Amino acid sequence: MLNKLTASAGSSRFRLDLVLQAVFLALIFYLAYSVFHNTQVNLENRGIESGFEFLDKEAGLPIGDALISYTPTDSYGWAFFTAVVNTLYVAFFAIILATVVGVMIGIARVSRNWLVCRMAAIYVETLRNVPLLLTLIFIYVVVLSSLPGARSSWLLTEGILLNIRGFYFPKPLPQDGFGLVLFSVALAVVLCWGFRRWAKRYTERTGQELASFRISLVLLLGLPALTYLLTGQPLLWENPELKGFNYRGGLSLRPEFLALLLGLVLYTAAFIGENVRSGIQSVAKGQIEAAQALGLKPGKVMMRVILPQALRVIIPATTNDYTSLVKNSSLAVAIGYPDMVSVGGTIIGQNGQAIEIIGMWMAVYMAINLLISAFMNWLNARVQMVER
Amino acid sequence: MSDMTETALRTFTPQPALAPPKELKGAVHWARANLFDGGLNTVLTLLSLLLIVSVVPGLVRWGLLDAVWQGDSEACRVEGVGACWSFIGANFRILMVGIYPVEEIWRPVLSFLLLLGVIWLTVSRRVRGIRMVAFWLVLPFIAYWLIGGGYLGLPEVDQSRWGGLMLSLLLAAVGIIVSVPLGILLALGRFSDSPVIKISCVSFIETIRGVPLITILFMASVMLPLFLPEGMDVNNLLRIQIGMILFSSAYMAEVVRGGLQAVPRGQTEAAKALGLPYRHIMFYVVIPQALRHVLPPLIGRCIALFKDTSLVLIVGLLDFLGMLKSSTQDSEWLGFEAESYVFGAFVYWLVCYSMSRYGQHLESAGPKNNH
Repeated sequence: MLNKLTASAGSSRFRLDLVLQAVFLALIFYLAYSVFHNTQVNLENRGIESGFEFLDKEAGLPIGDALISYTPTDSYGWAFFTAVVNTLYVAFFAIILATVVGVMIGIARVSRNWLVCRMAAIYVETLRNVPLLLTLIFIYVVVLSSLPGARSSWLLTEGILLNIRGFYFPKPLPQDGFGLVLFSVALAVVLCWGFRRWAKRYTERTGQELASFRISLVLLLGLPALTYLLTGQPLLWENPELKGFNYRGGLSLRPEFLALLLGLVLYTAAFIGENVRSGIQSVAKGQIEAAQALGLKPGKVMMRVILPQALRVIIPATTNDYTSLVKNSSLAVAIGYPDMVSVGGTIIGQNGQAIEIIGMWMAVYMAINLLISAFMNWLNARVQMVER
Repeated sequence: MSDMTETALRTFTPQPALAPPKELKGAVHWARANLFDGGLNTVLTLLSLLLIVSVVPGLVRWGLLDAVWQGDSEACRVEGVGACWSFIGANFRILMVGIYPVEEIWRPVLSFLLLLGVIWLTVSRRVRGIRMVAFWLVLPFIAYWLIGGGYLGLPEVDQSRWGGLMLSLLLAAVGIIVSVPLGILLALGRFSDSPVIKISCVSFIETIRGVPLITILFMASVMLPLFLPEGMDVNNLLRIQIGMILFSSAYMAEVVRGGLQAVPRGQTEAAKALGLPYRHIMFYVVIPQALRHVLPPLIGRCIALFKDTSLVLIVGLLDFLGMLKSSTQDSEWLGFEAESYVFGAFVYWLVCYSMSRYGQHLESAGPKNNH
């Protein structure tokens, strides 16, 4: 609507506008040229190479916590890619966990239980008003380093334990026939999807509700479990064991990863909780009362009446929080988790090719954020009201 | 019939009202309605109480009852004592102003008092409108001159000696004051009919919003010197301040855009019908209404900017968080990280929470949607 305004306001000064635009364009080009020129001169003076040839050179930098196989003799390009995978890894799990915690916080915020509601409010107001960087450093320096040493680890159950070196848990070792179990999982998902489609049409045709949630649960858990038993339990677990001063075997998460994950989850959950709260509160009270008057049970009221309407408010706001979570994962550099920014910073320190590295950072972050936005827009389009 | 009613009315004396049923008032009823309302709620309440009982007494004992408030580091190393708040006392100057020269310390203190004064004038609504804006615009320049010196008889204090909470507040204040007008310009540019301006503004905003602040800060601190002509030197603090301003202005622009879109079209049409030129339509009709609509999210961005100043620690400035971190490495006071960061969190929380409460107050006292 403002376009219209400026268009007609400018029509009387059409020629002046053209001149101004040309001047502006010339200014931008001049600026771009001088930046380019200065950079060329400066790089030459400092003896810094330019271009992406360095990506093939041997990196020689250690990455403490690589998800994919990496050794210091690999190239810079591979080192950077390893770091990108690390960023994606932590962001992926942080988004899932933050959503779970955030939804719980949001529901607690609208709870009729005074104590639960207050505690959630205190959580949100504390976490939101303290910089994430401080929270991260606090978790890393104070909380995780007060954990016991390897010999006096906290054993949660057999094989799952927590100590100052990280979180240890058993490693699954698939045996012969495990492929069948995986196949049955896939089969169960497909069957479940088909069943739900059929159940929906059945309900629309007859007005009868099936216990589709329970049936899908049985399908999803039962079929793989049955296959697992029939194929003779083809999965062994390798427990971490204390050898000398440290635990060996099993799988482990290092404290840097744990601190980053925990910090991102706790911080983002406070924001998602607020989205969920405002989403639920945006549903008109009459809707809930009408649903209750129809005799729907509380669970049904939530699933069928409140949530579908609340999601329209929740999803767009949460999309922003997901993208900020990905961007915030760059704070890993402060606690030494080898993410993209941390490894890239080391590369800049080694060869000074800041422009290339910063360009790569920007490209990767923008690509991740575009993907998240595209997915969330797709989700959002599905929950929007169908206007008749 | 009517006679009877009249006599009945005349002779009717109301009975004193009954007290409400006992079970509907008092603490017991309140607890039953709000805490033990049904099985699930009872379980939740009991779990919450368990959590509180297991966490709060320990925290209170550590932070208040057993805490050491005075004395040197030896007093804190006695077995069984709680938090060592004398650590904060010993490092207080460093945390607040960094390594600012002691004999000039009155200058940041005076700036801080001026800041408190302007906050008081704003919150108590003693100055309003354009005068309030003027106060806020002038304040950082006075603070900059007071702290930096170099003019009008004040000896210069090099920027490498600025630090602590003073630096955080200064970065945030200058950042907010420059990025709000810049954000308004960018938002207007988004709606420009000139494709050149429109595309430049949109691509600037979307690029900045797509990347983390830390990459912008790296860019400002590492790349900006490469962009400038030889011999032209901008000090690190200013470079990082520019980075923060650019970052923040893109987000401010998005907030202002929402406000511009919320101004009803009739307003601009009426202004046009009155024959106002474009700049008057914008400055007297559209922007004031747009800003009033977006005051709460604008304040939210200001809070975010203040929190974001903590990132400058990664590019080598010693702001408040940087000073908290380096004070824990003081050889006399090793091992008091918890105290340091808890105190820091409290200060950040105090500033941000007050700002957000003020924002909520403005929201409830502000203009209602009347269209």
